[in-house]
Amino acid sequence: MSCFNANTIRSDFPVLDQILYDGKPLAYLDNAATTQKPHHVIHAVQEYYEAYNSNVHRALHFLAERATVAYEETRKKVVSFIHANTERSIIYTRGTTESINLVAYSWGRKNIDEGDEIILSEMEHHSNLVPWQILAQEKKAKLCFIPVLEDGTLDLNAYTHLLSSKTKLVAITHMSNVLGTINPVQKMIDQAHQAGALVLLDGAQSVPHVSIDVSQLDVDFLAFSGHKMLGPTGIGILYGKEAILESMPPFHGGGEMIHKVELEQSTYTELPHKFEAGTPNIAGVIGFGEAIDYLEGVGMGAVQSYEQLLTQYALSKLEKISGLTIIGKALERGGAISFTCEGIHPHDLSQYLDREGVAIRGGHMCCQPLVRKFDSTALNRLSLYLYNMEQDIDQLIEALLKAKEFFKT
Amino acid sequence: MTDSVPLDDLYQEIILDHFKNPRNVQKLSDEEVLIEEENPTCGDQIRVTAKVEEGCIVGIKYEAKGCAISTASASMMSEALMNKPVEDARVAIQNFTRTMKGEQEMSEDESGDLIALQGVKRYPLRIKCATMSWHALDHVLDKMSVEK
Ligand SMILES: Cc1ncc(COP(=O)(O)O)c(C=O)c1O
Repeated sequence: MSCFNANTIRSDFPVLDQILYDGKPLAYLDNAATTQKPHHVIHAVQEYYEAYNSNVHRALHFLAERATVAYEETRKKVVSFIHANTERSIIYTRGTTESINLVAYSWGRKNIDEGDEIILSEMEHHSNLVPWQILAQEKKAKLCFIPVLEDGTLDLNAYTHLLSSKTKLVAITHMSNVLGTINPVQKMIDQAHQAGALVLLDGAQSVPHVSIDVSQLDVDFLAFSGHKMLGPTGIGILYGKEAILESMPPFHGGGEMIHKVELEQSTYTELPHKFEAGTPNIAGVIGFGEAIDYLEGVGMGAVQSYEQLLTQYALSKLEKISGLTIIGKALERGGAISFTCEGIHPHDLSQYLDREGVAIRGGHMCCQPLVRKFDSTALNRLSLYLYNMEQDIDQLIEALLKAKEFFKT
Repeated sequence: MTDSVPLDDLYQEIILDHFKNPRNVQKLSDEEVLIEEENPTCGDQIRVTAKVEEGCIVGIKYEAKGCAISTASASMMSEALMNKPVEDARVAIQNFTRTMKGEQEMSEDESGDLIALQGVKRYPLRIKCATMSWHALDHVLDKMSVEK
């Protein structure tokens, strides 16, 4: 824990140990899309299926008991990982997208009325934009957008002016998946609360990379995904303040979320199960618990400082390439770095890099409005995680130089 | 340059040549543009106009913004369909689209430079790049036949 050893860490990830095409080692730099899984997580999922596969919270037999305990154990790990107070605040979902939709559907339909305002930012992922568009259209509410400045930070002055007594909710990303910007959320949450609004944080990119304290932030909702933090796909978290979740109507109806069911009506069970209808992603939850253990074992502080070093290394190398423009220059930033390369379309570039063993993203990264704002329709992005090393970046840079030569007009 | 030729099936020499020196490209004024197509996923964009005289395509001009595959494909199309009767051009568009979808093979002697685009078939995510300009021209021809 004291000394961060990326080499040791890397050897925990079976996927990373492979050679592609004609002898190129894999440099996986698409971690903002999804991360790789350490064998601990893979084994935990396998063990569940091999040793105690069963439904949870229903049967009383041996397997069910063991599955239920493991399933609920992860909830405790989440509580401590994000510094929440109670398991009642932790709802299992399919991921960030479903978490945000849950809030828009349940809290939003109850609390948003005609003329109310919801503040978002121009850097939102489609998943923190489209659910609010749907809600606003239905309720005739208004969406207001905090502009993104040239350097990739939010215009906080504009934010102050957007806040008013009409503001019911501020829904913003903690860290941009395109620009890498880490937003000053503590201050923004305080300001929103002063205006009487609630705050939802999209933590899809922040929770995996920086340590989060929901109690200190006093944030009302936090959404994040397991697969972006070493866990399986199809499992995510909605954190909500207990009293707020308590006041919200259910999202999905069905088994697991009920107390007493009659033909005409039902009463609903307690938090958090009120929001967890149907058979959940049990293997995913168990794997996710293992992923949290892994990150805690390394230490989020160590993860963060290591990634900072690597990010600075990548930025300094990229800046030296002529014709390459980095999009997003915030000082407070994480390891998602977007760029354009003059004369090479992002899809041509990522295709070329792929053959050099380098996996990066090319496209709009689910942020069409933001990418458009930077006069583009598509970008390239590399994104780092704790198992990346300088050698991955060196491999990327070398491949980039080759691509420039290849597509040179 | 490199010890092995990378991606030679996708980016063949001839494709790179059309990408670097696209044929029949011209800046078009808004009035001239007959069809504009966009692929929001990757931002490829094409604006096309054509001139038909006595049932025959006598001019294809376009403005393209996009990847090497879409640019090269538009360029090749502008050459392949020039001076063709509209009906033949329609058939050629259909054949090309079907080839890209893997529904038929291209005949080597008829297709000229186009044969180089065969490789795109193996990259499902890139097929749209190759077919976009052809769709656009198809729409241009639709539009012209309606306006007649
Ligand atoms: C900032 C941000 N928000 C939300 C999401 C959506 O996450 P998921 O697809 O796991 O629901 C992502 C992931 O792509 C993201 O980067």
